[in-house]
Amino acid sequence: MAHPTPDPNDDGGSVYDGLLEHHEVAGDDSQWAFGTDFEDPLAGMDTTVPDDVDAAELATYCLLLGDDALVLSQRLAEWSSNAPDLEEDIALSNIALDLLGQARLLLARAAAADPAVVPALPEGSPAPVEDALAFFRDAADFRCTRFVEGPNGDFAQTIARLLLFATVRLAAFERLGDHADPVLAAIAAKGVKELTYHRDFAGRWFLTLAQGTEESRRRLLAGLAQVWPLYPELAEAYDVGPEVDVVLDQVFAVSGVERPEAGRRVGGEHHTEALSRLLAEMQSVARAHPLGVW
Amino acid sequence: MLTLADLGVLREVREDADGVVVTITPTYSGCPAMATMRDDLVHRLADAGYAARVEVSLTPAWSSDDITAHGRAALREHGLSVPGPAPQGPVTLNLLPTRRALTCPRCGSAEVSLTSEFGPTACKALYRCIDCLEPFEHIKEI
Repeated sequence: MAHPTPDPNDDGGSVYDGLLEHHEVAGDDSQWAFGTDFEDPLAGMDTTVPDDVDAAELATYCLLLGDDALVLSQRLAEWSSNAPDLEEDIALSNIALDLLGQARLLLARAAAADPAVVPALPEGSPAPVEDALAFFRDAADFRCTRFVEGPNGDFAQTIARLLLFATVRLAAFERLGDHADPVLAAIAAKGVKELTYHRDFAGRWFLTLAQGTEESRRRLLAGLAQVWPLYPELAEAYDVGPEVDVVLDQVFAVSGVERPEAGRRVGGEHHTEALSRLLAEMQSVARAHPLGVW
Repeated sequence: MLTLADLGVLREVREDADGVVVTITPTYSGCPAMATMRDDLVHRLADAGYAARVEVSLTPAWSSDDITAHGRAALREHGLSVPGPAPQGPVTLNLLPTRRALTCPRCGSAEVSLTSEFGPTACKALYRCIDCLEPFEHIKEI
């Protein structure tokens, strides 16, 4: 059945009239799908860097923590609609969303601490600072560890990487809750709650796969062997100690999995080719349409 | 009705020379509803004749304990299972499925099973009722 086109001059008006209701309020763009401005994730927070904190060092550290979360979030989001079942699809997407939120806060913190880290945007681009950092930096300027860069592999390999990542990041964030910069401390304290769920999720799946079928165990061990060589780089970057080994040894013991040989840190300071490929996909839309208009 | 104050997301409202300043806090770091909440606040306050500015606070981090008694009742009324007390103290590894003493928000049965610790939004877990067979959402303790 065809519907008559709504006439805005009718008494009943058009269904879209409500959208214009607040147009007269200066600065209220809220009726538009995404507004016409972006919200600042740190709006109103005091982002002055404390006297005893080096602003450039703080920015670099926030970039490491933010980039790791951003890149692993992008990797985990690749599982959307591809996971073994709907529940794990949703779980991995939720974890990706938490990490994306952490990335956003951390990149915004880095930019506020040291504006020099923010790349120049194409003329007229409305992208906020955290988007400028995410979408307009080249691979060489990313601070993430190589541990998060590689492809997902199968579900078991994804779980093995997530267990190691969440365990290390949770330990680091617990400590960062006392950081001299109150903004980083607040971001970390909030992240602890989220990472606790991530670590439990990965730990349970690690155990399930290890004690499941011959095939699931074979795949888990293969996945662990795949991610382990770059693990020392992660642990070193986050400067975590024996508290992480205690947790990992607990998971390994319950799962009947032997802890892999203490690997040597794999040489090289640079990124893997996998990061360039990931960024090419993640940044393509923003770079093709830097004004956000098409 | 469930308000932002009921959810513990609304932290402070004050007036300054430019109008009203409202402070909110995200439930989870990646909560995609922050922009909508900000816009709704600006909207409602504009309706009431106030120019409003919305600011963010991260300290202390939001906890499910911040949901008020009225908020819990409203959530229950809408078919959601409300969180128990948030965990306190050191963070421990938990390799067993989370056990919560819940009842089905529809039929009241205590025979429920956890489907996933992650639900349609960051703040919810998925359950199903073994008696009435309906799925339901539980707001997680954080």
